[in-house]
Amino acid sequence: MTASLVIPPALVLILGGLVLPLLRGALRSAAVLVLPLVTLYLVWQVPDGIALKVSYLGYELAPVKGDALSRLFATVFAIMAFAGGLFALNQSRVAELAAAFCCAGSAIGVTFAGDLMTVFIFWETMAVASTLIVWSAGPSAQGAGLRYAAIHFLGGVVLMAGIAGEIAATGSLEFETMALDSAPRWLILAGFLLNAGAPPLSAWLPDAYPESSWSGMVFLSAFTTKTAVYVLLRGFPGAELLIYVGLFMVFYGIVYAILENDMRRILAYSIVNQVGFMVTGVGIGTEMALNGAASHAFTHIIYKALLLMSAGSVLYMTGKRKCTDLGGLFRTMPVTTSCGIIGALSISSFPLTSGFVSKSMISEAAGMEHLAAVWYLLAAGSAGVFLHAGIKFPWFVFFQTDSGLRPPDPPWSMRLAMILFSALCIGLGLVPGLLYAMLPYPVDYVPYKASHVLFYLQLLLFSGLAFFLMLRWLKRTLTITLDADWLYRRVGVTLARNLDRAAQAAWNSLVHAMVHSARTCLVAVQRYHGPDGILARTWPTGAMAFWTTIMLAAYLILSYL
Amino acid sequence: MDDHWLARESTIRRLWVVFILALTAAVLMDFTIEHDPYFGLDGTFGFGAWFGFASCVGLIAFARALGVALKRPDTYYDR
Repeated sequence: MTASLVIPPALVLILGGLVLPLLRGALRSAAVLVLPLVTLYLVWQVPDGIALKVSYLGYELAPVKGDALSRLFATVFAIMAFAGGLFALNQSRVAELAAAFCCAGSAIGVTFAGDLMTVFIFWETMAVASTLIVWSAGPSAQGAGLRYAAIHFLGGVVLMAGIAGEIAATGSLEFETMALDSAPRWLILAGFLLNAGAPPLSAWLPDAYPESSWSGMVFLSAFTTKTAVYVLLRGFPGAELLIYVGLFMVFYGIVYAILENDMRRILAYSIVNQVGFMVTGVGIGTEMALNGAASHAFTHIIYKALLLMSAGSVLYMTGKRKCTDLGGLFRTMPVTTSCGIIGALSISSFPLTSGFVSKSMISEAAGMEHLAAVWYLLAAGSAGVFLHAGIKFPWFVFFQTDSGLRPPDPPWSMRLAMILFSALCIGLGLVPGLLYAMLPYPVDYVPYKASHVLFYLQLLLFSGLAFFLMLRWLKRTLTITLDADWLYRRVGVTLARNLDRAAQAAWNSLVHAMVHSARTCLVAVQRYHGPDGILARTWPTGAMAFWTTIMLAAYLILSYL
Repeated sequence: MDDHWLARESTIRRLWVVFILALTAAVLMDFTIEHDPYFGLDGTFGFGAWFGFASCVGLIAFARALGVALKRPDTYYDR
């Protein structure tokens, strides 16, 4: 295909998103549903290799460069934009949808970026769009949105420093696999990891996402962290450090989600947990592991969005987010409950769901590489996923003690979006070949081996047993759990306040001292030069004659000495 | 009085019976299936069952201990 025929798929969603607020009624709804489908079509028109070249400031940029990995991520981003748009059809704040489409478009832009400059441009557009999604929830989300923007622009600065260093060192902007052998590359990795929700700054995710609207978090969950997984897959496959970072994220997500009371914060921690599995896969770095990480990103976007749609439906219908206020909703929300359970089973990698066919590849890769500790930790992590997301979320939201709330299922568009993604979760679990055919490397993996299925069934069923036996220890309380954001939300604020107070006091005493010394000075001037001052008062002529005589006498004596 | 069939005492008791049967069946199935362990421990009888259970108990206990130090009222940042 010639370069002139390629339309960058990212532009359709970004420009479409910008036009969206100008449209009204049915036309807007039609645009919301059609734009992602057009994008999906264009994604599959991008050929392998560089499809578009641009010269800028003497550099050759490749804004559109295709391969299997790019298409896999761009496909799921476009599908996500479609289902998210369907779910958010009756969202009255059109700015949120516009920002969401710009965010989806930017994510697709990153997946087709053949050079680091293009990556950076779309990366930052995505940060701005995501911030706007958070903010469109209203005044309650103002602080969280600002913190989100601050952290992401910090990440952007680190990334830009890395890219500038890379250009200075190599003269090349090409975005391809990089060895971690120079400071700029470490900076690039740090910038990527920040967006993945990696430690130490992972708190931005559970801080900001749950503050967005009932539909906003569905979009937010999909793009930023999975784009980070994509760039890690593209840039740093096999970087050993990522195994440890990923495993930390797996357990961080579980432990914090176990302690959490807000249903959407539980799911936010579980995003970090799931991205942890993917980052571990990138770190292992074999073809099986990379396929596992890529396919897990694909299935994760779908089941996590499904979970957040069910949580969003509950929020939309009840206005409540806390597990302590919810419970017993299965009576009147059967569709939301069933779809939530399907999402919960998928995230737990239950056999016959999408999570099973993707996540198990990462464990298999760890086993094949004889990484015993990694394999055991991933198995323990899988058990923990069922614990915190697989059972905890549906149990406390839809079952447990009856809250007395009797909301009906949400409007048809929201139900339809949930049913569509539920079907995809089960469909991909039943026919994994569809997904495997899109993966970057040839797949030689059979997920449904008897021993394998039985292992997961045992693991999950007994995790369920542990949950119900220890239910008393999991009782919800009206609490949050301190995270690294405590440093900038509490310590930083206290320090800044104290510093402000100290600076104010120092300034006050400086002003006081200056006024005091000026006054002293004035008094002295007054004393010597004032009307009665010794230097300014009127002297009698005799006194002058007397002093002149003294001076002349002194002169006379001196000249004789 | 709640009359939804899922919320009835008798249903819950029946669900527990089904659950325990499923747990037992999952462990007993180990006899019928040939294992292909990577390491050593993962080939032990009912590995998924005991390892899953122990992992969850460990994680809950750890989370609870961490909670003692790090839990705050949910209005903590509003003040």
